[in-house]
Amino acid sequence: MEPHRGDDKPHHPSPSIWPVGFAVGIACLLVGVIVSRPAAIAGAVIAVVFGVLWARDAMAAGRRPVEPGVGREGLPGVPAPEGEVDEEEAANRYPRNQFLELTTLGLGGVIAGIVTLPILGFAVLPAFTNQEHPGVDLGPTDNFPENEWVEATFLLDPAQGEVSRRTAFVRYNGTGDNDLPSYTIISNRCVHLGCPVQASGPRRDEDAETVKTDQAELRLTPILPANFSCPCHGGAYDTEGNRIAGPPVRAMDRYKFGIFDGKLHLLQAYSVGKVEGEGADAQLEAYGLQGPGEHVDGLEGWLYPIQPQDLR
Amino acid sequence: MLETPPRPAPVPPPSRKKNRLTDKVIALVWIPLEWLEERSGLVGGVRYFLFRKVPSDTNWFHTLGSATLTAFLVQAGTGVILAMFYRPTPDEAYESIRNITDEVTLGWLVRGMHRWGASVFIILMFFHMARVFLFGAYKYPRELNWIIGILLLVFGMLEGFTGYLLPWDQTAYWATVVGINLNGTGPVMGPFLAQFLRGGDEITGETLTRFYAIHMLLLPGAIAALIGLHLYLVVRLGVSSPPWSPEAAGHDRREVEPRGPGLVRPTARGRIAR
Repeated sequence: MEPHRGDDKPHHPSPSIWPVGFAVGIACLLVGVIVSRPAAIAGAVIAVVFGVLWARDAMAAGRRPVEPGVGREGLPGVPAPEGEVDEEEAANRYPRNQFLELTTLGLGGVIAGIVTLPILGFAVLPAFTNQEHPGVDLGPTDNFPENEWVEATFLLDPAQGEVSRRTAFVRYNGTGDNDLPSYTIISNRCVHLGCPVQASGPRRDEDAETVKTDQAELRLTPILPANFSCPCHGGAYDTEGNRIAGPPVRAMDRYKFGIFDGKLHLLQAYSVGKVEGEGADAQLEAYGLQGPGEHVDGLEGWLYPIQPQDLR
Repeated sequence: MLETPPRPAPVPPPSRKKNRLTDKVIALVWIPLEWLEERSGLVGGVRYFLFRKVPSDTNWFHTLGSATLTAFLVQAGTGVILAMFYRPTPDEAYESIRNITDEVTLGWLVRGMHRWGASVFIILMFFHMARVFLFGAYKYPRELNWIIGILLLVFGMLEGFTGYLLPWDQTAYWATVVGINLNGTGPVMGPFLAQFLRGGDEITGETLTRFYAIHMLLLPGAIAALIGLHLYLVVRLGVSSPPWSPEAAGHDRREVEPRGPGLVRPTARGRIAR
């Protein structure tokens, strides 16, 4: 079949550039919502300006006189009005059925939007809001002897129960050059795909103790890790958390910490690119917390420009 | 005055007693169907749907699609019953699955059908897809049906992914951790997708209820709707011939026959006639 090549008559209404500007404005607005507020406002202004121009253009086109011989709406089936109606008046009249049609469609669209938007928001937004947790009390600092590893299992959010049980490997490094206490606190979440990393080495389960804090119970087990390794896909890390084998893409995540009333508290977790040095003298390349499997540095790091927690 | 034409003489009733009984039984079946047909046209619709012309050299490979449909219906049926006993909370999910398997009468069977049927469904989808691909049945005018089929495949796999978490045991939990984190490594939007799937920063009870709702409400509805479209296109376009067939592929559209109010009517010999 021959492709349809049109009827060699000018478009009615003629093609306009305004929708393009409108689309650019909307795109700018959407990107701006994520990246920066001024860009979003600029996008909204562009969209409104071009939207108004577009609407004006479209309405002006609707008032343009209709060519004689063509039906009122350019449809072949609709005959031109008979002679008794003044031709100019007929051309200027906005057909009522078309008006009602557009009004019904427009109102329906508005109603659908009003109903759908909150539902979509409810479906998506709760996953991204109210995600802060207050931190975890790990009990008195005496529980962490100098230069020895302790495996701490605790409830990240006691209200959630056992499902929020997490594990961290804690080592007290003594005081550093600045006379402040130094702790190495490594999250056991594998930075390959999130499996539970284990300490490779003896566990002194007989010396394990259960500590009761204000929030919940936690368990502290002395361990002697030669390294850390993951059972799922064979990722392995040294005792500073640097990757030594397998698929992980960076060093293990760590927790910030604070000491309040002589008790060690776990604070936010963060990601680490690489660790130079050991213990209190270690130099970290620290990044905001990223999901497992996401590069923090190098070219691949560019694949993850924004994290959900950046928007909070 | 015009003479009314003489009515045709009534067909003499069949003489044998056995035949009269058969006629009665057939009439008993057809009277309600005629009633339904006159008011809804459903009987004719079902006939149109089921009794179509197909190429004479179709073979067993052409049954893979309806086998897949059957597998989906089994999943839907067993899933509804399992939902009556399953409790999607982190403290109760595992226990309720254990209860279904060990305590509820025939629970082991229905859960087993759902669990193994899931694999059957996925495998049959791939077999069906392979048949369509190797027979070239995705070609004009059936491209759209291939696209709908791909959507069905994706939704079917998502059913597998979301359903795998529900037993809430160690395998389920860690498989879901890995699965979500795999999604999280997607460029730019990956972390957001993972966050959405988890329902937050961490896997919690909300992840479980979320997967449960997606698994038993959202995806089955979408799959059922897409199957409807898929079948509509199959009926509209007809069944394709195998590649070695001398017959042209597709539905041989008949001339429109005049139809009376009763489309189907039993004859004396019990055969269905138009």
